[in-house]
Amino acid sequence: MKDLSDGVYAQNPYTEEDKKHTISVLVDNEPGALARVVGLFTGRGYNIESLTVAETRHRQGLSRITIVTSGTGMIIEQIKAQLNRLVPIHSVSDLTMEGPSVERELAMVKVVATGEKRVESLRIADNFRARAVDSTLESFVFEIVGNSCKLDAFIELMKPLGLVDLCRTGVVAIARGPKGLDE
Amino acid sequence: MPTKQLNGSAIILKALHDQDVEVVFGYPGGAVLPIYDEIFKQNKLRHVLVRQEGGALHAAEGYARSTGKVGCALVTSGPGATNAVTGLLDAMLDSIPLVCLCGQVPTHLIGNDAFQEADTTGITRPCTKHNYLVKDIKDLPRIMHEAFYVAQAGRPGPVVIDLPKDILMEMGDYAPPTKVAHKSYNPQVKGDTAAIAEAVKLLANAKKPIIYAGGGVINSGPAACKLLTQFTQMTGFPITLTLMGLGAYPGSDDQFLGMLGMHGTYEANLAMHDCDVMLCVGARFDDRITGRLDAFSPNSKKIHIDIDLSSINKSVMVDLPIIGDVGHVMEDMLKIWKASQAKVDEKGLAKWWKQIATWRAKDCLAYKPDSKIIKPQLAVQRLQALTQERKDVYITTEVGQHQMWAAQHMKFESPNHWMTSGGLGTMGYGLPAALGAQVAHPDALVIDIAGEASILMNIQELGTIAQYGLPVKVFILNNQYMGMVRQWQELLHGKRYSESYMDGMPDFIKLAESFGLHGMRVTDPADLDAAIIEMIETDNSVILDVAVTPEENCYPMIPSGAAHNEMIFGTDVKTEGAIAEDGMVLV
Ligand SMILES: Cc1ncc(C[n+]2csc(CCOP(=O)(O)OP(=O)(O)O)c2C)c(N)n1
Ligand SMILES: [Mg+2]
Repeated sequence: MKDLSDGVYAQNPYTEEDKKHTISVLVDNEPGALARVVGLFTGRGYNIESLTVAETRHRQGLSRITIVTSGTGMIIEQIKAQLNRLVPIHSVSDLTMEGPSVERELAMVKVVATGEKRVESLRIADNFRARAVDSTLESFVFEIVGNSCKLDAFIELMKPLGLVDLCRTGVVAIARGPKGLDE
Repeated sequence: MPTKQLNGSAIILKALHDQDVEVVFGYPGGAVLPIYDEIFKQNKLRHVLVRQEGGALHAAEGYARSTGKVGCALVTSGPGATNAVTGLLDAMLDSIPLVCLCGQVPTHLIGNDAFQEADTTGITRPCTKHNYLVKDIKDLPRIMHEAFYVAQAGRPGPVVIDLPKDILMEMGDYAPPTKVAHKSYNPQVKGDTAAIAEAVKLLANAKKPIIYAGGGVINSGPAACKLLTQFTQMTGFPITLTLMGLGAYPGSDDQFLGMLGMHGTYEANLAMHDCDVMLCVGARFDDRITGRLDAFSPNSKKIHIDIDLSSINKSVMVDLPIIGDVGHVMEDMLKIWKASQAKVDEKGLAKWWKQIATWRAKDCLAYKPDSKIIKPQLAVQRLQALTQERKDVYITTEVGQHQMWAAQHMKFESPNHWMTSGGLGTMGYGLPAALGAQVAHPDALVIDIAGEASILMNIQELGTIAQYGLPVKVFILNNQYMGMVRQWQELLHGKRYSESYMDGMPDFIKLAESFGLHGMRVTDPADLDAAIIEMIETDNSVILDVAVTPEENCYPMIPSGAAHNEMIFGTDVKTEGAIAEDGMVLV
C-alpha cells in the first residue's frame, strides 16, 4: 500500500524566496522548438539566467536544452509543467531537485596587459587552471572551465588586470551517478 | 507496389477525409489556390466560404464545440493568417480543438518579405497548442495526421499547419493515419487510483462539500458529463459550473447552484467560500472565478481533477491533485466510492443544504421589473421559457453584459449546446460561432445572444449565413451602450462614460433585409413573446433587435479585487465606490 501521507497529496515544498534551478530538457531538434521554449519563458514572465542548447542524440534528432532559472517553488513547478506540455518536448528534469549534479560553464577571457599585470594575470590563470589559448606580446585569451561561481571569481580578478572582452557558454549540467536523463 | 503519387493539395484533402473532416471554413487567396483547386474537383469535403478569416476560425470553434469534433479552417498566407490569430488564441484559452491550414509563400521565397508573406509560425506560436511549417512534401501526411492528434489529445487546442505553395503543388506519397504512439506528446488520461481513493474519503467525510466543474468536463465528452451527474446525484452534493462548464450538469436540477464567479450566483459563490471540501473537476481557478486569491475558499481541502498538469497549483494551491481525463477519473471515483461503500455525512449535508437555502432565498438574480421598457434579463428569461421545450437549441453569445445575462438565465440541460468566448472574451465570437454550429446541426435552433456593439465586429458573416441559407437567429439585447464597459465606468470611474456609447448604429431591420434575411424590432414588453415566437418560427435567418433598458447593470457582481463573500447586488442602491482602489488596476 502506498504511503498516502506523502504519496497523493500535493507536496508543498514551496519556498517563498526565489531559488535557482537548473532544468534539463530533451526536445526534438526541429525548427521552432527552441523558440517555443524561449517564448514560454518570456510570455509568462519567467527568468532565464542562462540557456544552452545543442543536439545530443543525433540519430533520434534530439537536442538537450539546459536552462538556469529562478523562482519560488510554485513558479518552478509551473515552469516544469508548462515545459512538459509542449508537444516537441520529450522530458523535463529539474537537476536541482533530483539529487546531486555537476554543472560546468566555459568562458573565454581576453586580457590586454604588459609588465607586472601580464605576469599577474598569468599567475592567477594558473591558479584557476585556466589555459591561454591565444597569446600575443600584449594579450592573452584564457579559456576557463568550471561552475559559474568560479568563472565569476576569475573574471572579477581579471578586470583590474586588463580584461577587455569575454564570452561564456552558459551552464551545462548532468546528474551524478549512473542514471541517464530519461525520456 | 507504390501507389500513385498525389500533389500536396490532394494529400491534404485525403488526410482531411481520413480524419473524418466533413466541413472546412475558409477563405481563398493566392497561396492556397492549389487547395481550392482540389476542393473544386471533389465533393466529399464541404467548404463554407466565410466573409473574413476571423469568422472562419470562430465558425470552426462553434462547429467543434457543438459536435465535440475538431473544427477545421483554411486561410491564405499573410493577411489571411493574421486575421486568424484572434480565433486561434480564443480556441487556445478555451481549449477548443482546431486545425487551421494556412497558405504560405513558396519555400524559396520564405524570409524575402515576399508578397503576402507573414512569419505565421512565429506569430501563431504563443496562440496555438502547436504549429508546423511543412518544408518537405515527405512530411506532409504525417504532419496532417499529427495535427489532428495534437488538437484533441490531452487538453485540446488549436494547431496551425503552415503550407508553402510549392509544397501544395509538389508530388508526393500519401500515408494514412497510423496507431503509433506520438514520440513525445502522450498526456496521461488515467488518474492515480490511490489519489482517487483518498478523494473519496475526503468527500465522504465532508460536511460542507461543493463540486465546482468547468469546460474540461465538456471537453472530456458527454460520457464524462453523465458520470459527473451520476456522482453528484448519488452523493447529493451541491454543484456549481463555470461559464465554460454550463451544460455539464443539468441546469434545471435542484442540486445546481448556478454559475459561479464574477457574475455568478450568491449561493454558488458563498458555497465556494464556506465549503470544507471542494471537488474541482476540469476547471482552472481562473481569476473570474476566484476573485481575491488570498480570500478564496479559505477553509477548504481542495481536490483538483485536470488533464493538464500546468493547471495544478497555478494560482490556487490544492491539497489533492489528480492528473487525468475527467471521464476516466470520474468513472474510477464512482467505482471506488461504491466498492468502499462510502457514505456521505447525511447530517452535515442536510445542515449545509439548509444554509444554502438561506443564500438561495436572497434571489440574487432578481431585478426590478419594468412595464414600459424591456429589461434585458426579462428578454433572456422569455427566450429561455419559449425555447425550453426543444432539445435542439444551441446558444452562442458575444461578449458583454448580454453574455452574462445569457449565462445566468438560460438553462442548459446537456453539454455542447452553449458556446461563448470565456478565456479571451472575444467580441464578435457569437455570430460566426452560431454559423458554425448551424452548419453542424442544420435543423437545430441556433441563437446568437448578442450585444449591439459586439455584433458589428463580425457582422459581415451575415453574408455567409445568407449564402448557405443558414437559419441562424440573432437576438440582440440592444442597450445602446457597450454595456459592460459602461457598467465598469459607472462603478469604477465616476460615471464618466468615455467612448462607451456609439452613435450611428445601423437599422438592424434594414441591415438584415439587405442580406435577404428577416429583420425585426421589439420595444414594448407586451410584444416580447410574440416577437420571440415569430423569430423562432421563421424558417429563415432572423435578426431580432430587442430594445432594452440602456443603463441596466449586470448583477450580482464580485468587484475586481474582492472576495466571494463581498458581492454586490442589483437591489443594493449604493454601488458607487463599491470597488476598492487596488481593485481598479484589475480587469
Ligand atoms: C474584441 C474586443 N474588444 C473589446 C472588448 C472589451 N469589451 C468587453 S464587453 C464590451 C462591450 C460590449 O458591448 P455590447 O456588445 O453592446 O454588449 P453589452 O455589454 O452592452 O451587453 C467591450 C468593448 C472585448 N471584450 N473584445
Ligand atoms: Mg450593448
